[in-house]
Amino acid sequence: MELDRIEKLLEKYFEATTTVEEEEQLRDYFSQDSVAPHLEHYAPMFTYFSIAKDERFTKQVPLKPRVSYHKWISIAAVAVMAFGIYFGNDYREQKEAEYAYNETKKALGLLAQNLERGTQKVAYLNEFEQTKQKIYNNN
Amino acid sequence: MVYTTTEQPIMTQSEFLKVVMPFKDKLYRLSKRLLTSAEEAEDATQEILMKLWSKNDNIANYKNVEAFAMTMTKNFCLDRLKSKQSNNLKLVHSNYEDGNTSLQKQLEARDSVSWVEKIMEELPDQQKLVLQLRDVEEYDFNEIADLLEMQPTAVRVALSRARKTVREKLMQKHSYGIG
Repeated sequence: MELDRIEKLLEKYFEATTTVEEEEQLRDYFSQDSVAPHLEHYAPMFTYFSIAKDERFTKQVPLKPRVSYHKWISIAAVAVMAFGIYFGNDYREQKEAEYAYNETKKALGLLAQNLERGTQKVAYLNEFEQTKQKIYNNN
Repeated sequence: MVYTTTEQPIMTQSEFLKVVMPFKDKLYRLSKRLLTSAEEAEDATQEILMKLWSKNDNIANYKNVEAFAMTMTKNFCLDRLKSKQSNNLKLVHSNYEDGNTSLQKQLEARDSVSWVEKIMEELPDQQKLVLQLRDVEEYDFNEIADLLEMQPTAVRVALSRARKTVREKLMQKHSYGIG
């Protein structure tokens, strides 16, 4: 009879020297109806372990859809750069144009000033011509 | 812009669930063993799974995701117990089925079976863990030793002690009769 073996297994079980397979055999033995009367008081233990194993986790886990961080960061970076290059260029061009305009204006202003000075000098020249003419006429 | 191609491919949600499915119940049962309350165990399990999910891209690097998750769960629950010195809700659990024993026997059996649960609640945490991992989850000694960061021989000693305590207390209950 296998009762002998079960008793031996039980002994080993409490010394924690049974293998997982042997413990499986014990659970099997105690899960059936014809347990030897003198071993019946062990049954709840093994029954409980079998029952405990059937418990399930039924709750849903709300997993946030994980955006891959790196991908979005790099997309954002590229966007910022493109924006910067595009509008930055415009801005720079505008600045350049303004600078050029101002420089040109300054240059033209300078030119105008010098031209005026030039005309003043030419006026002296005119005076000279007139006087010279007068002298000619007098002679 | 330089792109690194050595990164692990990131798991999708369904891939992640496929990895986690086989052992999520074990995480829950371990949490419940330690926290006693089903509700708290559910919250703990949820939290652990969400933590795993947020680690997602290195999860593929772990040799044994299950063992990693079990250790995480153990630590998480022990921390939780420590942080609030546990004013736990008691759990009454009754969803097991028994085929063709008589009603009288069934009621008797139900009582003694729930005794075992109560007896386990009274064990020290380490013995609780060892008994849960071995007799419920059927891990071998080396796996348990790794999970609990113990020596295999220490696992054996704790397990033997836990089993003997359960036996002893069960005997006491039996000799006092029901109640």
